[in-house]
Amino acid sequence: MKRIGIIFLLLIGQPAMAADVVEDLLNGYRSEGAGPFDAAAGRIRWQQQHLQANLEQQVSCASCHSPDLTQTGKHIKTGKLIEPLAVRVNPDRLTDAEKIEKWFNRNCNWTYGRACTAQEKGDLLLFIQNY
Amino acid sequence: MNKKIATGGAIMALCIGLSVSFVAVGDDDWWGDKDRSYGERTKSVATVMNKAYESECGACHFAYQPGFLPVRSWVKIMGSLEDHFGDNAALDAPTGKEVLAYLSDNAADRMNQRFSYSILRSIPEDAAPLRITETRFFTREHHELPNRLVRDNPKVRSFSNCQSCHTQAAQGSFNEHSVVIPGFGRWDD
Repeated sequence: MKRIGIIFLLLIGQPAMAADVVEDLLNGYRSEGAGPFDAAAGRIRWQQQHLQANLEQQVSCASCHSPDLTQTGKHIKTGKLIEPLAVRVNPDRLTDAEKIEKWFNRNCNWTYGRACTAQEKGDLLLFIQNY
Repeated sequence: MNKKIATGGAIMALCIGLSVSFVAVGDDDWWGDKDRSYGERTKSVATVMNKAYESECGACHFAYQPGFLPVRSWVKIMGSLEDHFGDNAALDAPTGKEVLAYLSDNAADRMNQRFSYSILRSIPEDAAPLRITETRFFTREHHELPNRLVRDNPKVRSFSNCQSCHTQAAQGSFNEHSVVIPGFGRWDD
């Protein structure tokens, strides 16, 4: 009984689970008319090259985050190291909806020169989560 | 006669004293010898102590300590985040306000630290540099470095990447003895 109590305490002490956070976000995108979401489409998008006007070179998500999400990335302009995005090596990832939206906003604008659509965000999110 | 000897002796003692003190002062020019009497005796700049600054600004680049630039520079930087060295780094209003307050409160001209004072002295009063690398203090400390060690070094690439070579940069220590240049090793001049 005591042991169950301890396990219960451990459980309620856990921070937000990535799966719940992602599901909530996907539901939000669905309500905007997007879906169904496809991790394979997200994978293609991850590597898709776009001309970045300021840098005058082709860039993709992988340029800074690395093609392998379990690896540490490196910002191609500043050289700053970026912690891996894959949840299985970095459990903090995808646990904060506000942070996810903030970075979609910043990085879609940086990479594509525009905001991402709900469909694009959903596909990418699923790809990252399943990696 | 005695008076002459005494005067000569005094002058000689004064000369010796002065030369010894010049040697002592010139021995370590880390912050410039004129700043010896100023501020807290540290060889470092105050570390970053603000979560918003660390997570918002430090996510993309090294979180440069506020003590590297004067208030007027930080105001200019935070007022032009839509074009932050070519990138849009805009923050929402409350976050921007918090970050600017932190940077201003801990700027070079608000810190009683010699390191910050040395930087401040190297900036003309009517100038508000946006880059630490533009300050005379910075160029003076780095002028000996050939391009192959920094700009042409694929593991460094830019003088803006403090932490690439200054292994204690995040702790606010930029002492040359803790410098390790990737691919080249320790640097001691």
